[in-house]
Amino acid sequence: MNIARVHWPDNVRAGEVINVRMLIQHPMDTGYLQDLTGKVVQRNIIRSLICNLGNQEVFRIEPSSGISANPFFEFCVRATATAEFKIEWIDDKGVKGQHLQIFNVS
Amino acid sequence: MKTEGWLRRKGLQSLLLAGMSGSWLSSQFAYAQRMNSGRLLSFEDMVQPIVKGAKLVKRDLQIEAPILADNGSLVPIQIKVQSPMSALDHVTHIYLLSQRNPVVQMAMFQLGPWNGRADVSTRIRLAGTQEVVALARLFNGEFRYKQMEIIVTESACVDAA
Repeated sequence: MNIARVHWPDNVRAGEVINVRMLIQHPMDTGYLQDLTGKVVQRNIIRSLICNLGNQEVFRIEPSSGISANPFFEFCVRATATAEFKIEWIDDKGVKGQHLQIFNVS
Repeated sequence: MKTEGWLRRKGLQSLLLAGMSGSWLSSQFAYAQRMNSGRLLSFEDMVQPIVKGAKLVKRDLQIEAPILADNGSLVPIQIKVQSPMSALDHVTHIYLLSQRNPVVQMAMFQLGPWNGRADVSTRIRLAGTQEVVALARLFNGEFRYKQMEIIVTESACVDAA
């Protein structure tokens, strides 16, 4: 299942600062809204999302219900060497998600 | 001719009424969903739980967001902090605070010198027109902030269904 999408520019050279964009598929239920039958939908949001590049943690997000459904995040990172880019997240229901992608630096 | 004018006047009247009752209706919905979204926090109340009396300055931070957001469930926002992002002078945390949302802290981002630029963007939910505060914590413990008012026509806390 394609649950996260990560995008960065095609030709990355060492030393360059690049933008990384992430889109995670998640409902991010706030716990304040009701469904069509009038029942309150339980809060279910991503508690923390960690981005690792190789062995280095490069970005960490702690969202709350103030982040929209299917959250989008963008941050910058300095490219040093080809490494594995890994995103890990956990939500209120304890469901963990992971996404791996090779970060090529020429 | 006369009936047409009367009809037009009636139409305008009903439009005006609909416009006035719109805000009343939405407040009723907000109440029905047990939202205390009428409460607006002061700047100190928003910021002090994080800053805890540390130095706070309003400079070198930019917020890019629409002044008028049609839908509160999805408001794009970008925060840029002017920082060299070196080992001894970098941004460690960026906080996004809301004045009206039931949860004040919308998100917290952790950064470091490996980021190269302190530039973060995301999409937030807003429960109505309010001031949004972006707060950045620097490596030396100092805080920087910027406020921006975003006008929201449809709150994220009112279900369209």
